[in-house]
Amino acid sequence: MRHILSILVENEAGALSRVAGLFSARGYNIESLTVAPTEDATMSRMTIVTTGSEEIVEQITKQLNKLVDVVKVVDLSEGRHIERELMLVKVRAAGKDREEMKRTADIFRGRIIDVTDKSYTIELTGTTDKLDAFLEALDKGAILETVRTGVSGIGRGEWVLKA
Amino acid sequence: MELKLPPLAETGETLTGAEIAIRCLSEEGVEFVFGYPGGAVLFIYDALFKQKKVKHILVRHEQGALHAADGYARATGRPGVALVTSGPGVTNAVTGIATAYMDSIPMVVITGQVPTRAIGEDAFQECDTVGITRPCVKHNFLVKDVNELAVTIKKAFHIATTGRPGPVLVDIPKDVSQQTARFHYPDKVHLRSYSPVVKGHGGQIKKAMQLLLDAKRPMIYVGGGAVLGEASQEVTELVRLLDFPCTNTLMGLGSIPASDKRFVGMLGMHGTVEANMAMQNCDVLLAVGARFDDRVIGNPAHFAAGNPSRKIVHIDVDPSSISKRVRVDVPIVGHVKDVLTELIALIKAGKEKPDAAALAAWWAQIATWRAKDCLKYDRASPIIKPQFVIEKLWEVTKGDAYVTSDVGQHQMWAAQFYRFEKPRRWINSGGLGTMGVGLPYAMGVKLAFPEADVACVTGEASIQMCIQELSTCKQYHLPVKLVNLNNRYMGMVRQWQEFFHGNRYAESYMDALPDFVKLAEAYGHVGMKVEKPGDVEGALREAFALKDRLVFLDIITDQTENVFPMVPGGKGMSEMILAEDL
Repeated sequence: MRHILSILVENEAGALSRVAGLFSARGYNIESLTVAPTEDATMSRMTIVTTGSEEIVEQITKQLNKLVDVVKVVDLSEGRHIERELMLVKVRAAGKDREEMKRTADIFRGRIIDVTDKSYTIELTGTTDKLDAFLEALDKGAILETVRTGVSGIGRGEWVLKA
Repeated sequence: MELKLPPLAETGETLTGAEIAIRCLSEEGVEFVFGYPGGAVLFIYDALFKQKKVKHILVRHEQGALHAADGYARATGRPGVALVTSGPGVTNAVTGIATAYMDSIPMVVITGQVPTRAIGEDAFQECDTVGITRPCVKHNFLVKDVNELAVTIKKAFHIATTGRPGPVLVDIPKDVSQQTARFHYPDKVHLRSYSPVVKGHGGQIKKAMQLLLDAKRPMIYVGGGAVLGEASQEVTELVRLLDFPCTNTLMGLGSIPASDKRFVGMLGMHGTVEANMAMQNCDVLLAVGARFDDRVIGNPAHFAAGNPSRKIVHIDVDPSSISKRVRVDVPIVGHVKDVLTELIALIKAGKEKPDAAALAAWWAQIATWRAKDCLKYDRASPIIKPQFVIEKLWEVTKGDAYVTSDVGQHQMWAAQFYRFEKPRRWINSGGLGTMGVGLPYAMGVKLAFPEADVACVTGEASIQMCIQELSTCKQYHLPVKLVNLNNRYMGMVRQWQEFFHGNRYAESYMDALPDFVKLAEAYGHVGMKVEKPGDVEGALREAFALKDRLVFLDIITDQTENVFPMVPGGKGMSEMILAEDL
């Protein structure tokens, strides 16, 4: 099962290594990991997408909570939540394909943020599924380069993750 | 220009970082620092030199410093403190840190680091200390600002000694130890990201009580958490109140007196038949400060499948120990001592008693397992049996010595045959299984309890891993007694090779052993060689009578003796090999 963990950590040197090290040392999976400081500069928020049985994910949560730098851990997939990922794709856009590429980007609500006479750079935001679908919709030969941020997640409604 | 004031500069005298570090230790009531000097800690050693409160014990290898501090902590319950230099000082210390981490021993390790400006430049004796030690410490810090030093050391002691204890490391760059700051040692620290649960959930404790009272075949399984959590009195009271059978893990030995008739011995890979069978067949299991590890329950699938209706209550201060290898029905997170106190009070306040008839039938079943007499060995052997030596050691020390051990067969025999009456008397490396700990452990214990008898049960392979500490024992007059069960083999390796590798004894025989008697004498101690069963008791009595001398007893034991019972790796705990099976 896929789980999305939201983690508040002290914004200390080494905090990321402690979390990443925990996953590698205990053989847990990381599908993606994003981290940046929050509105409170003393804290960072991580989103980790992981897979594992209920037992494994329970252990992951407990082990994360045990890290001294970890302030709070929540499994977003246990409740209603929103997840988004950002992708930048550089594609070949020359000749007759140029118009078609623009149309495909529009369909996926992508934005063209850089242009040369042979290429577009498209910015796309959405769930992991949507980004995957966009890449599938493109001709493989047209994709020059992709970069994805990994998933960031937040709970729905008025509930907030606080220290 | 605005002056930026350091955070704690309002009061206190101005000291160097080095002086601050030592003052912090003295504020914490630290008696001994085990260490070894070097370039990056020279200022700290200078500060040690200028004061008298904190005594430094100079070891012969950093690994010895860590183990000695660890042994001190295991015996006293107070945090052990070690001090080593950067680079190789740290890497030598890592085994000792990992050993303490695996057994949840409170320690504060202070390490020197190259000056802050040199960090990352591959400077002389530089290593990434916080990086190398990160997976084997409870937490670690690199202090880059001298104004943060005192509060960081306070945090280190706080983290090391609360919740599930463990080693905490503070890395101090040389320039930070030289810079000055106002010294102020905080009484308390608050960490928003660290607040271990201490009080068990009342509702869960009630559920546990009901399960225990309704049990037909109950079992109480007590681990090292009960020793670390000072809960042996409560464990004993609960066991006696309910008249339930009780087993201890290797780390839990002494948490109930071995002489109590309800004690069914140690469980696990080399546990007794009665302990392992009762674990496997009970209908309600109360686990106290234990973690169902592979050397205890063997294969978790076999443990669960062999008895799916078994209900498990698990008390532990660390939530991650609960339902890690075995699914638990009633988890209780909290201090084992407090939870047990509440549980006992609840049982006493209620009118319900355990089902006497069911309990009698259960005890009768246990008696049939006990009747197997699984620890029996050949007492008439003309060659010295290692088990016999431990029994004599128990007699000679009246069962009241501190016994440290190394790792291997001798460790298991000591655990099986030295019947511990009190907690913190049995000092060994359970989790990491570190050969070489025995002698430095004994040093730490002897420093803490100079009047007590301290025996180190070891083997000719293990003892050579930290034998240089015989020199430290001479310098500090530490008259411990080394009981070397010398079978000329790495015994446990040989045993596995005999059972599972077709008697191919690959590299488990030592061809060129030193003359241990002469070696002991060379270090300024007393050496004795014992070769006949009839001489064992006399030699032990003579050794312990030499109150002010370290005695190295080199006891030549049966090369072929094996540790029984044995649950082969990956098997279920009821699938034991007994001596009579072979």
